[in-house]
Amino acid sequence: MAVVTTRNLTKVFKEGELGAVNDVNLETHEGEFLVFLGPSGSGKTTLLRMIAGLETPTAGEILIGGKVVNDLTPRERRIAMVFQSYALYPHLTVYKNIAFPLKAQNVPRHLHKDKVEWAASLLGIGALLNRKPRELSGGERQRVALARAIVREPSVFLLDEPLSNLDAKLRLSAREELERFHRRVGTTTIYVTHDQVEAMAMGDRIMVLNKGVVRQIGTPKEVYDDPADTFVATFLGSPPMNLIQISGMIAGFRPEHFRLNDEVKESAKLGFKFRVENVEYLGAEFIVSGILVGGPANEKKVIARLLLSRSFEIGSTYDFAVAERDLKFFDATTDKKAQVRALSWQ
Amino acid sequence: MAIGATAAARNNKIKSVGAAQSPVLGFAMFSPAVLYIVLLIGMPFVLAIFYAFSDARIGGSGIHYVGLENFRSILQSPSFRQSLKNSIGFTIAAQIIVMVCANILAIALEKPFWGRGLVRFLILLPWVAPVSLGTIGFKWILDSIYSVITWVLVWLHLVRPFDTPMWLGEPMLAKASVVLVHCWRLIPFSTVILLAGRTAIPKEIPEAAAIDGAGFWRTLFQINLPMMLPIISVALLFGTIFTFTDMTVVYILTNGGPFDSTQTLPSYAFATGITGSDLAAGAAISVFLVPVLVLVAYLMLRMAHRAELA
Repeated sequence: MAVVTTRNLTKVFKEGELGAVNDVNLETHEGEFLVFLGPSGSGKTTLLRMIAGLETPTAGEILIGGKVVNDLTPRERRIAMVFQSYALYPHLTVYKNIAFPLKAQNVPRHLHKDKVEWAASLLGIGALLNRKPRELSGGERQRVALARAIVREPSVFLLDEPLSNLDAKLRLSAREELERFHRRVGTTTIYVTHDQVEAMAMGDRIMVLNKGVVRQIGTPKEVYDDPADTFVATFLGSPPMNLIQISGMIAGFRPEHFRLNDEVKESAKLGFKFRVENVEYLGAEFIVSGILVGGPANEKKVIARLLLSRSFEIGSTYDFAVAERDLKFFDATTDKKAQVRALSWQ
Repeated sequence: MAIGATAAARNNKIKSVGAAQSPVLGFAMFSPAVLYIVLLIGMPFVLAIFYAFSDARIGGSGIHYVGLENFRSILQSPSFRQSLKNSIGFTIAAQIIVMVCANILAIALEKPFWGRGLVRFLILLPWVAPVSLGTIGFKWILDSIYSVITWVLVWLHLVRPFDTPMWLGEPMLAKASVVLVHCWRLIPFSTVILLAGRTAIPKEIPEAAAIDGAGFWRTLFQINLPMMLPIISVALLFGTIFTFTDMTVVYILTNGGPFDSTQTLPSYAFATGITGSDLAAGAAISVFLVPVLVLVAYLMLRMAHRAELA
């Protein structure tokens, strides 16, 4: 049985305007790590807040554990949520912060100590129990927030951009820690982020949202290799997928598949003349950007991602190619994925 | 002209740099404040203490030191003990009622609704109105013959038409009336302060409490109120000072009556010292205000200091 299910879930903040969340159908798998990915304003946080019970849906149903919870308060939904700001109670010690859900849900008092200590040790914050939140670092606060969420053993975890308040270095270690934590407790988790790297790294599945509409749900590999539309294609991947118009279609290829002609061993390939305009050396790779010369996509700006260490003259034109099996096709009017089609123009 | 002006400005600037270092200007700038405190607060205060140990009377010929005689005699007076009890009782009762009502109002006014601006304005009005005018209004509202409260109670058949309560004529009702007017005056002020305190709480915190399973009361008492504690104490301390030192309400509403049952320290000091010409006894009575006010002032300073550190 799915832990969280939504049926045609819609949220409209202002009547007559486009909804923040439109017609979302979603079913989580038991114990999975599901990521809501989208740019800011895509409705991912609103969707999460509706599941938590902090926003009332305009239409549609939310089911938790097979039961419709639309009219239940957050308290009755038995979920746990970690906020972007962590929302620790500043006047309470770490111990009391973690014990608060137990108190609020009338767990017998003699069980509190063991449960708090269990949650604290799970996150390695046993030594901080007597501190106040303001005496903690960002990473420690995040762990306290997680401990407060885990202590009541919820059926689902909702995490709203919990890493965005940490600096880049801490974010990486906190990410790994979250992954380890999820593997250990195995609770179904919904994670909201706008960071595609986080989504790819952590998600069992990714749900890509834009303007309140689900664009694609799939494993990281599916959404990356087989994007459902041009939005998903360009939102995931850094640098994003190159899109060019060819004979009434949009053809897309990833920067790492756009290589020098000699290196593309496949016989079925599409050749391009590529004039280099800028080269960025990033240590392990080069990001080469330039424009296509000639053909139907003349003057189109594209980016290549190359591993080899050869030098490019800025302003010179080179022979590049993409293997045909690495090309993705999208309908030019709907932007949706289209069937593969044989192409040639040279 | 323009050049002259800039030159003058530059000259001035140089002068002012020099002046800032001279202690004379600094003292000149500082002295009005010192003068104000010394003349209007320090002098009367010292004078009150001085009179409290003397036999000063309005129109009296000389002043002699009498030691603790004034204190001994007022401590024996039942009216004084009643005033002291009233001052403390009115202050505590009013603060409790004000805090409860102001909290309810702050919660009600927090979320936007149609007409909220108007309601906020109306709630603030009693604070803007002069205390004396408001109290005169209440004198009529609580009048023995024309009271609208009595009229409504009669209309609701809660009291009999010819046996109506004498709001200002019976000791208990008169005391309650004084507290009522104090509450009426302080609630707007406290509401505004508490509203500011509530809005300062990040909205994720009550949301987190809701998800953690806390209901309305638990969120209020274990999350919101403790987080608002610093600002609640500001409202409380201000309210305490306003109520404890106020004599306008009592003076206009009941003039201490019936039989000194609503007399407070300030009104009794006025009645004894000014109306009754016994300056020395009046001064001695007012000196009893000092310990409470010192305590409140100390708590306020400590809080301001804490706020600076935070």
